[in-house]
Order: sequence, then C-alpha cells, then structure tokens
Amino acid sequence: MSVVSVEPSDTSLAEHARTVAGAVPDPEVPVLTIADLGVLRDVAVDADGRVVVTVTPTYSGCPAMDVIRGDVEKALREQGFTDVTVRTVLAPAWTTDWLTERGRQALADYGIAPPAPRPVGGPVPVILTARPVPAVVRCPQCGSADTRELSHFGSTACKSLWSCLACREPFDHFKAL
Amino acid sequence: MSVQTQPALPLLAGYALRLGDDALVLGQRLGEWVAHAPQIEEDVALANIGLDLLGQARTLLTYAGEVEGAGRTEDDLAFLRDERDFVGCQLVEQPNGDFAVTMARQLHFSTYQLALYARLQHGADPTLAAVAGKAVKEVAYHRDHATQWVLRLGDGTEESHRRMQAGLDRVEPYLEELFTGDDLVSSLAADGVAVDPEALRPECDAYVDAVLTEATLQRPVPTWHARGGRSGRHSESFGHLLAEMQHLHRSHPGASW
Repeated sequence: MSVVSVEPSDTSLAEHARTVAGAVPDPEVPVLTIADLGVLRDVAVDADGRVVVTVTPTYSGCPAMDVIRGDVEKALREQGFTDVTVRTVLAPAWTTDWLTERGRQALADYGIAPPAPRPVGGPVPVILTARPVPAVVRCPQCGSADTRELSHFGSTACKSLWSCLACREPFDHFKAL
Repeated sequence: MSVQTQPALPLLAGYALRLGDDALVLGQRLGEWVAHAPQIEEDVALANIGLDLLGQARTLLTYAGEVEGAGRTEDDLAFLRDERDFVGCQLVEQPNGDFAVTMARQLHFSTYQLALYARLQHGADPTLAAVAGKAVKEVAYHRDHATQWVLRLGDGTEESHRRMQAGLDRVEPYLEELFTGDDLVSSLAADGVAVDPEALRPECDAYVDAVLTEATLQRPVPTWHARGGRSGRHSESFGHLLAEMQHLHRSHPGASW
C-alpha cells in the first residue's frame, strides 16, 4: 500500500530508507511493523538525501503516533539519513484492509484475532433492528468460532475484547475499521 | 461570537473551533469515568471513546488556530481560553451523572456526530473532510456502544429502566441546540464547507426513536431548551470542568512530557 516516490537516480537509497522506516515496530503491537500495519504511506528521498516519511494514524486519537514518528526518525538517523521529516496525513483514512497478509498472520500467531476483510461492493446485509448482526471471530488459540464479544473496546483503540466459549480463553480481536 | 461582518476565514476557524470544542469537552467528561465506571470494561470503553474524541479535537483545534492565523496552537486553544471563549454545545459539558445519564448523552451525541461526519467527510474543506472521514467509523462504534447500553438498561430491570428513563429526561433539553443553525453555519453550509445541523434532525430522531422503542423507553417532551453554547454561554458545571482540565497547563506554563 505504501508508495516509494524518488528521483530516478536515488532508487536504491529510497529503497533503503523505505526498508528501514517500514521495519519500525508498532509500539503497541510489536509483532507488527508499521509497514505490516499499513500506516506507512510514503517514503521519499530527494537529490540531497533529505527524507520525507508520511504516516497515517489507525485511530484519530492513537497515542502511538508520537512514538512511531520518533522511532522512524531515530531508525533513519541511525542509518545515516541526517535530514528526516515525518509528516502525518489523515486522508485517505486508514482501514484494517491496509493490514498486509503478513500482518494478519503475525497477529494470529501472537494471539490476536485478525480483522475480517471489509466487504467491497456487492450486496450488504440490511439491519432491521438496533441490534447489529454479530460478526464471527475465531479464537486465535483453538480456532473455534464459538466466541463472544465481552467489550467493543480493548486495551488499545484498535482492539476489542473477546472470550472463547470452547477453550475458555479470553483474547483480543483487532477490530475491523 | 460575532459573525455578521467577518470574512470567510474567521468563519471557518469558528466552525472548526465548534467541532473541536464539542469533541474536546466530551472527551474530558468521559475521561472522568476512568476508574469509576460500573465495570472495568466500561472504564476501558469510555476511555477509548474519549481518546477518539481527543484525537479529533487535536486536529480540529490545530486547524482552527492555523486558519485564524494568530499563532495559537491546539494547547493555547484548549488550555488558555476562558469559559466564554468556548463554543461547544451545552450537551457535552453536562455532568456525567450516573451511568445511565452518560449513556443517554452518548446515544444522542454520537447519533448526531455520526450523521454530521457522514456528510462532512464529503464537504468542500479538505481538512474538515479528512477529520470527519477518519472519525466517522470510530463514531459508529461509539453509537453502537451507547445503543447496546440503552437497550440493556431500558429493557432490563425495573430499576435500570427507571434510571435510563431519568437519564433521557435529564439530557433532552440540551438536544435542540445540536440541531439549531445560525449565521455562521448557514454561510459556510452555503459553500459546502459546513453541514446544516437542521438537516440532521430527521435522521437522528428516527434512529434514537427506534432504539428507545425497542428499549421500552419514552422520548421525553422537554419543557425548556438550552441555548447559547455556540456563542460562549455555558452552564455552571462547565467552569468546574475547565478548572480541572486547564489547571496543570496554567500552573506550569510550557510544561511538556
């Protein structure tokens, strides 16, 4: 999802900057890199070696953004990029579809149920009552679909809290946005 | 706020400030629940919702300061304005009351904000559209959270029903202000920048009424309406909220983490 825009002669330098920035772990879910999470939007290096990194928040109030900006800057400086700017954009808004496949797998391996892909086009269910249709979320421990949501809101803005009725383990779900 | 003779930019700053103040003040109120909610999941939920609102407020106040062009930052606007300079609605500043009062306020405000942002994300101002586009799905979670609680409490025990109804009665007089426009918003709405709040009313009423019907609750008929928040007139409790919110910043100017 992230795009590398560079001067033609600086392709390898930009690739390097992109690799370094993309490898920065998410401070709240450290098994994900910010590239896996899809919050790294762009890495550009100009002819003078100035790097401009563009990131986007998962949630409006995500408190990890300040840490991510600082970590990206630090990682690039350590690799010799002395002039680094990290800018934040809101549009287009991040959704959980920006999570990479590798990111989804890393979440599942870590014990966090990954989000379901959002439906794109086509028919959608019509909800006739104020009670929403419950989503099927599989337990990341035992794989059972016999689970229930304990709370929409979990330990970070991007997660909800669930319980597995088969293995009785509680777990986090990276909720679809 | 005097709006009649202002050129376009201060109007836009004023509108961003209204949106930002609503989010900031409600976020502050919800933060008061942390460690006091009926269960730990609700401490977490209300803190999360407050954090979403604070995120919106930061971008909106920063933008208001930029458009104003007088060098005021998000912190200046949040922590160094006095009560009469805040232009949020009176609903969001109302004291939390018991959990049912807070859920009544949440149901109404999140329903309003969702309808507002769903339109504003397609508006003519790119920054306001981006804030709304980012927040609209978060606010859908807020509305769903409040909906589930209003259903559970309304259609619950005799006592939970009584308190949920009392919560709805408590906040109803503050709703009219949400859906009342003025010169500022009309002028910006004509340019496609702002959303005419009057246009949101049918959709919001339909949603809330459907929830209340299912929850076996009655929509109260208020005997009076609050007004004046958008022009800086606030209820008594707002000064107390500001004192707590602004105390640290004012006592230790320039302090940072």
